[in-house]
Amino acid sequence: MASGQRHQQRVGDSPAVKYTLIGVTLVMTAVLLVVPLISIFQQAFVDGLAVYWDSLGDPDTLHAIGLTLFVALLTVPINLVFGVLLAWSVTRFEFPGRKLLMTLMDIPFAVSPVVAGLLYLLLYGNNGWIGAWLFEHDLQLMFAWPGIVMVTVFVTCPFVARELIPLMQQQGREDEEAAVILGASGWQLFRRVTLPNIKWALLYGVILTNARAVGEFGAVSVVSGNIRGETNTLPLHIQLLYEDYQATAAFASASLLAVIALITLIFKAFIEWRQERAQKAEATH
Amino acid sequence: MSTTLSAASAKPRHKRVLPGFGLSLGSSLFFISLILLLPMTGLIMQTAGMSWADYWYVITDERVVASYKVTIWAAVIASIFNGLFGLLLAWVLVRYEFPGKRILDALVDLPFALPTAVAGITLATLYAENGWYGQWLAELGIKVAYTPLGIVVAMSFTSIPFVVRTVQPVLEELSPEEEEAGITLGASDWSVFRRIILPSLWPALVTGVALSFTRSLGEFGAVIFVAGNMPYISEITSLMIFVRLQEFDFPAASAIASVVLMASLLLLFAINIWQARYLKRLHGR
Repeated sequence: MASGQRHQQRVGDSPAVKYTLIGVTLVMTAVLLVVPLISIFQQAFVDGLAVYWDSLGDPDTLHAIGLTLFVALLTVPINLVFGVLLAWSVTRFEFPGRKLLMTLMDIPFAVSPVVAGLLYLLLYGNNGWIGAWLFEHDLQLMFAWPGIVMVTVFVTCPFVARELIPLMQQQGREDEEAAVILGASGWQLFRRVTLPNIKWALLYGVILTNARAVGEFGAVSVVSGNIRGETNTLPLHIQLLYEDYQATAAFASASLLAVIALITLIFKAFIEWRQERAQKAEATH
Repeated sequence: MSTTLSAASAKPRHKRVLPGFGLSLGSSLFFISLILLLPMTGLIMQTAGMSWADYWYVITDERVVASYKVTIWAAVIASIFNGLFGLLLAWVLVRYEFPGKRILDALVDLPFALPTAVAGITLATLYAENGWYGQWLAELGIKVAYTPLGIVVAMSFTSIPFVVRTVQPVLEELSPEEEEAGITLGASDWSVFRRIILPSLWPALVTGVALSFTRSLGEFGAVIFVAGNMPYISEITSLMIFVRLQEFDFPAASAIASVVLMASLLLLFAINIWQARYLKRLHGR
């Protein structure tokens, strides 16, 4: 073989193929993802900074921000606890129906959010069998914040477990079994052995749950009743503004949610960078 | 590899050494029943109250059938597009090193982290006739916003990550031997890709496309802003449910929702069974 000739070992290693594929991917990603992301901020600031702050300072917008944070604040801890318990049960024990349980957990991914909202409305609304009882006792869950929290819990419940299960499966149970044999109590075991191993994935699960909780639209719009300044969450408020031809104000609110999305992505990149570094360190030892 | 295997098989199998089986499984089952299964009873009771003729009449209403067609076709096109684009993205991310790779990898998850309503108004603005993309496309005589094509654009945006994240790990673990053998024997890159690599990626690719399809069928927030929502032309099924709800026609909304719910549950179970089968085949080797 001539010394100048590159010895090609794997498919797509030739520079022509490589740079074409990278180029096409970067252009498509720019068109499909980067430009839309930039345009959110461009639209939000199109009338200047003063207008941007004004539209965020609007009392209805402020209320929507507050309600959205409140809903996330209730939703995330519920799904955090559930996600950890579920991941623990399916990765640490064998039992009949384990696969079925994991499939059931995926239902919120597969179900249209409008259907999710409807399910809750039918059960807890005044005509539902639980709703009728609640109505007699003067409790209203639908078209009020508890309903918003309930459907948000439904829609975001798989995320923590989904992040934990593959990791906990991969790590195996040896460490924990050793700790038990050495006499650790359940809580000690979780806090000292399990938690340090899963903390980054758990944190990412929490952040992703939060991003989805503040952004849930379809399910919330079914159960919220869209009362301005009362049951309007930020995504619903964005819809209201947008359909009211207040595009700049809509994008100003949207930019807040986009920032949360960006923080989520940066955090994920950070975790992956840490993992790779840890793997490399392990490989050199 | 062999040492870890023998260590694992030599280790006596402890059954349920770890604590918390009852607690974690019990609370997971309770949570799933409360959050996921109980709400289904409302839908079942609502539709059970309808006669079969009424039910059939509602779900085969001309406008509703038109919405099934639009939704399914748009989801098919969107998920095929994502199959190709996702495969390209996964390939470039796994096989090549280039500056900005980590940013690209993080950006793939943008559609998961960005609220659907934000994606919706952003795409509607970009593809509107006076938008950044819309004016370009208008010169070519293509209208995207407020047409069924807009639905495809919204659906593909929200489901970009699925194919990438299912194909990526499989591509990473692909052993280079067969590929090298093919190339050494003088096969072209394309034929090695088609005959050796693609068959190994196929199950993951199908899973990713199926997940992307399922998600697209249920997508609501991103779609309704771009679709224009014209009856018979660009109305998706989730929106039909929403429209019936706003007319306070709960039985009709429930009947349509039951069709959507059954379709998504069937898809979900089919994907899980398919995944379990190919995982077994992978590990059985």
